[in-house]
Amino acid sequence: MHIPLSWYLILAAALFCIGLFGVMSRKNAIAILLGIELMLNAVNINLVAFWRYLDPTKMAGQAFAVIVFAVAAAEVAVGLALIISVYRRRNTIIADEIDLMKW
Amino acid sequence: MTNWIIWLIPLPPLLAFFVIILFTNKNRALSHGLAVGAAGLSFLGSMAVFVQALGIPEFGRQVFESSIDWLPTGNTWLQIGVLVDPTSAVTLFFVAITILMIFIYSIGYHNFGQPAGDHDVKGLPPHGASVTDGHGHKHSVPSIEPMYSRFFAFIALFAFGMYTLVVSDNLLTLFVGWEIMGLCSYLLIGFWYGKPSARDAAVKAFMTTRVGDVFMLLGIAFLYSATGTLSFGVIFQPKVLEALASTPAFFGLSAAGLIGLLLFIGTVGKSAQFPLHVWLPDAMEGPTPVSAMIHAATMVSAGVYMVIRMFPLITAGWSEGMPLNPTMSTIAFIGTFTALFAATIAVAQNDIKRVLAYSTISQLGFMIAAVGIGAYVAAAFHLVTHAFFKALLFLGSGSVIHGMEHGVLHTGEHVDPQDMFNMGGLRKKMPITFWTFLIGGFALSGFPVLTAGFWSKDEILADAFGNGHLMVFITLAAAAFLTAFYTMRQIILTFFGEPRTKAAGHAQETPLTMTVPLIVLAVFAVGYGWVGLPAWFTGGLVPNWFHEFVGGTLAEMPAVAPFSIVPILTSLGVALGGLFFGWLVYRRVESPEKDFLQIPLLKNKYYFDEIYDFLFVRPAAWVAEKFTYLFMDRMVIDGFLHAIARFALFLGHAFRDYIDKPVVNELIGDGTGKVVKGSGSRLRKIQAGRVQYYMVVSIAVLVVVALLYYLLHFLMA
Repeated sequence: MHIPLSWYLILAAALFCIGLFGVMSRKNAIAILLGIELMLNAVNINLVAFWRYLDPTKMAGQAFAVIVFAVAAAEVAVGLALIISVYRRRNTIIADEIDLMKW
Repeated sequence: MTNWIIWLIPLPPLLAFFVIILFTNKNRALSHGLAVGAAGLSFLGSMAVFVQALGIPEFGRQVFESSIDWLPTGNTWLQIGVLVDPTSAVTLFFVAITILMIFIYSIGYHNFGQPAGDHDVKGLPPHGASVTDGHGHKHSVPSIEPMYSRFFAFIALFAFGMYTLVVSDNLLTLFVGWEIMGLCSYLLIGFWYGKPSARDAAVKAFMTTRVGDVFMLLGIAFLYSATGTLSFGVIFQPKVLEALASTPAFFGLSAAGLIGLLLFIGTVGKSAQFPLHVWLPDAMEGPTPVSAMIHAATMVSAGVYMVIRMFPLITAGWSEGMPLNPTMSTIAFIGTFTALFAATIAVAQNDIKRVLAYSTISQLGFMIAAVGIGAYVAAAFHLVTHAFFKALLFLGSGSVIHGMEHGVLHTGEHVDPQDMFNMGGLRKKMPITFWTFLIGGFALSGFPVLTAGFWSKDEILADAFGNGHLMVFITLAAAAFLTAFYTMRQIILTFFGEPRTKAAGHAQETPLTMTVPLIVLAVFAVGYGWVGLPAWFTGGLVPNWFHEFVGGTLAEMPAVAPFSIVPILTSLGVALGGLFFGWLVYRRVESPEKDFLQIPLLKNKYYFDEIYDFLFVRPAAWVAEKFTYLFMDRMVIDGFLHAIARFALFLGHAFRDYIDKPVVNELIGDGTGKVVKGSGSRLRKIQAGRVQYYMVVSIAVLVVVALLYYLLHFLMA
């Protein structure tokens, strides 16, 4: 059975929206980070799907997806480090309470 | 070789001046040693040149000259150089001797070797010091001049100026020497600058001679523009003189006549001739060696020397026997008038130096008159003899004053040591001074046969008579009579009779450094006349050496005035008559009240100082105060400057009020600040500090932008 491209795109959009909802609704900084990861992976699904369906001879889509993985991994590492550092100093990881820069 | 010596003659005094001023000012002995040594070197050089000149037959045809290119003037060079011809040789002779004598004399005059004064200050004459001798007695003795070294530096510079002037071969360096002397006379007359009278006299001398110098400079400029050169050798070539004499200038004068007249006005100032004579008597405020320096050896001689030098120019187009040209007439008139005029003032003066000052003016008048009537040799002869006996008389009067000052210090009596009525009987106290002064006085009077003054004055009179200038002859004879008269008056009042004050009774002979120069000069005051004995006296056995020698300077040897018994008898008569009459009148006069010649008109020098004060000094002061200061300076110049300042201030205010404050400050400066602040306070509201809120905003913006994009996209399509 042949699965059309639009299904993948719908899946990716749904995943992106779930991730976005997670980022916007959760107060816990780790949960926000999880949401961001979901959004990034939704993009990856798009990249891979477009590559496979539109121009499979070129490697650009796959390469992009790999780069996004690498960036996401680095981002998670930095993000978790920041969160641990904040937690050590302020004893919280609730995003609303980290408001030192507010006027 | 000789030319080298001539170049070097003026240098030692100049070096001495700088060394004394810069290095040896503290060491008095070294300072006067340098100055006298320098004068001695110049003296030796001058004598070497003079002796060489004597050895050359027809020296006037083959003079010593040497010149170098000095200033480039376009395609040509302005040359300066040295020249010694017979006239400058004899001048060099007397200048060198008198300068050396005056230098030596100054050592004694300024009390070298005496202790420093008790209350002496710089700028005032020394007042004396008190010393305690071996027996415990206290004495007042003369004290050393506080500015001893400075005096020697100044007179050394003065000597440099004179030597430069004498050896110059052109009017430019002559003028340089002339002005150096003008400066030095100012410095030396005002040497005791603590005395207001000395200050005034210095300024007066400087200003008065300046009047003459300005005209002289005009004459030099005219001469340069007319001939393109200032060297005597070129100017005195017959064709140049002819061209100058035939070029008409202004006022009916030829170019030569006008230049001669302008240069002569310089002489009038320098040699203190009427009407610029007023500075010379006041110049007596300086120390006495200065009086001798200025009034005998150097400065006043320089004026006559210059006019004698310019003789070929003044007489261009004239030859002996012709009527005088206008320039010569003017010169003759000024000289003759001054001779008599100054002599009448001299008879009423009581200050021993002032009598001599007026007699100097009078004698210089004789020389000027001689130049005016074309008696070149007679003028030069009288210049030389006068320098000797007048230097002798001034130094002698200084010696008298010095002796009197000693008496004043000794007795503690407060009398003027220069007033002749405070003297009397000094011949026993100061024998050397007396005898030398007597010789000088007799030479000045023209005491027959023996003294130099007789021969030189006789030659002038003989020339005046022989060439038919009868008015000149009579006037000069009258002046000569007065000269003898006031000289006798001076000698009687000073040296004869009984001492009229205690100070005069305790006067003392001056030290050797002062008396030796007197003796040396006395020898020349007598002996120098014998070099110019006229043919009638020697019976033609000995030629008139001076006439032959100096006359050789001119292109054409001047003729000897024809022999006549009248001028000789006149010379004899006025000299002896004046002396006798003076003795007759003054042998009994004891006080100014008994002196019948104390006429206010004469005593006050014909009120010339008052007239000049009224005519020139006060108007000048008035103009300076009212016009230059109050009107020109305060109103016009200051007003202009204030207006500029006010305009600048106004402009500044305008810029501040209309540009700086509203535009720059409020609009640009404050406006930027307000805008930034306002937008900041509005924008800060969106900085909630909640991360998700930012996210919402940015997604909302994204959605809006995307919607807009699509909308536009579809609308366009």
